[in-house]
Amino acid sequence: MLTADKVLDRYYLDIRCMLVEIAATLDRHDRALDDSSATDGRDARLDKVYDALAMLAQTGGTPDRSERLLNMFSDLD
Amino acid sequence: MQIIQPHYHAIARTAQDYERMAMSGVVAVAEPAFWAGFDREYPETFIDYFKQISEFEPTRAADYGIRHFCWVAVNPKEAENPALSHEVLKKMPEFFTKPTVLGVGEIGFHKTTKNEEEIFEAQVELAIKHNQLILIHTPHLQDKVRGTTRTLEVLRHMNFDPERVWIDHVEEHTIRGPLEEGYWVGFTLYPITKCTPKRAVDMLEIYGRERIIINSSADWGPSDPFTLQECIMDYRARGNSLQDAIEVFHNNPCRFLGQNPKFDIKPIRVEQEGVEQPVGSAT
Repeated sequence: MLTADKVLDRYYLDIRCMLVEIAATLDRHDRALDDSSATDGRDARLDKVYDALAMLAQTGGTPDRSERLLNMFSDLD
Repeated sequence: MQIIQPHYHAIARTAQDYERMAMSGVVAVAEPAFWAGFDREYPETFIDYFKQISEFEPTRAADYGIRHFCWVAVNPKEAENPALSHEVLKKMPEFFTKPTVLGVGEIGFHKTTKNEEEIFEAQVELAIKHNQLILIHTPHLQDKVRGTTRTLEVLRHMNFDPERVWIDHVEEHTIRGPLEEGYWVGFTLYPITKCTPKRAVDMLEIYGRERIIINSSADWGPSDPFTLQECIMDYRARGNSLQDAIEVFHNNPCRFLGQNPKFDIKPIRVEQEGVEQPVGSAT
């Protein structure tokens, strides 16, 4: 297993890239909303995305974010 | 579809790249001079490198029916050594007369130092003196904004036609300045550290396609020339026509590079587009 520093050394740019990709995808969606009057933009899938981002934004969490995130995107009922 | 790969470091790639590019529609590549992964010590090493990309690489590409063009320069990273750089600059004009050399590039900033700036200015002046096209690299990651800003500041004090200058590797946070000042800009599709195919298409949607060149900058690091085809696929999937794609991925490189008459591939138009299903609409 890598040390915490080595994990960042190895994966920091991956994280940056994935965050930019998420930002660009949300921008793409919002620009499409600006161009269309067909919907009010509240799509349940988008709510899940923002809930997931809020969960990821919490510092000091337990190292089970992937599991929690996948559960957020699961039909558990 | 015919495609031009306008920024491609062939010497770092295998012939299999050429073969697959040819099979996927690539008709020409242009190879800027770049950093070899280590700092060279001798001017002669650069000269041999320039010979390799201006004499040997065109023959390797021709085996697969691909036209190969190139640029000569001291790259931004090695420009940190001014004494070496000036020696190389003295020999560069010999290469401007070669039949496939299109101009001076890639030049510019790496860490935006005084030494880099001295050599950047000297290479722009050399290009102007010999009426060469100019290809400018912009720095990576956290250095990009500062380097791009300084690039524009330096260029404002020099006398040339901005339409003969291509500022490469722009991203969402650096595209506006170069476009507004009349330069061509390049989006470089590169895993992790530059632009992704989808983000490139986003920028095309926002800024249009005028004075924009898309490339893969495939080199000796983690990189993939076929991100260009991936970008074309996403561009078509968003409803753009075959001719639209040709304008971006073939004709725009022709328009910029064709300002040097040695680049004699002309823009093309499809005579008639068939009725096609958009990409991804099979179900």
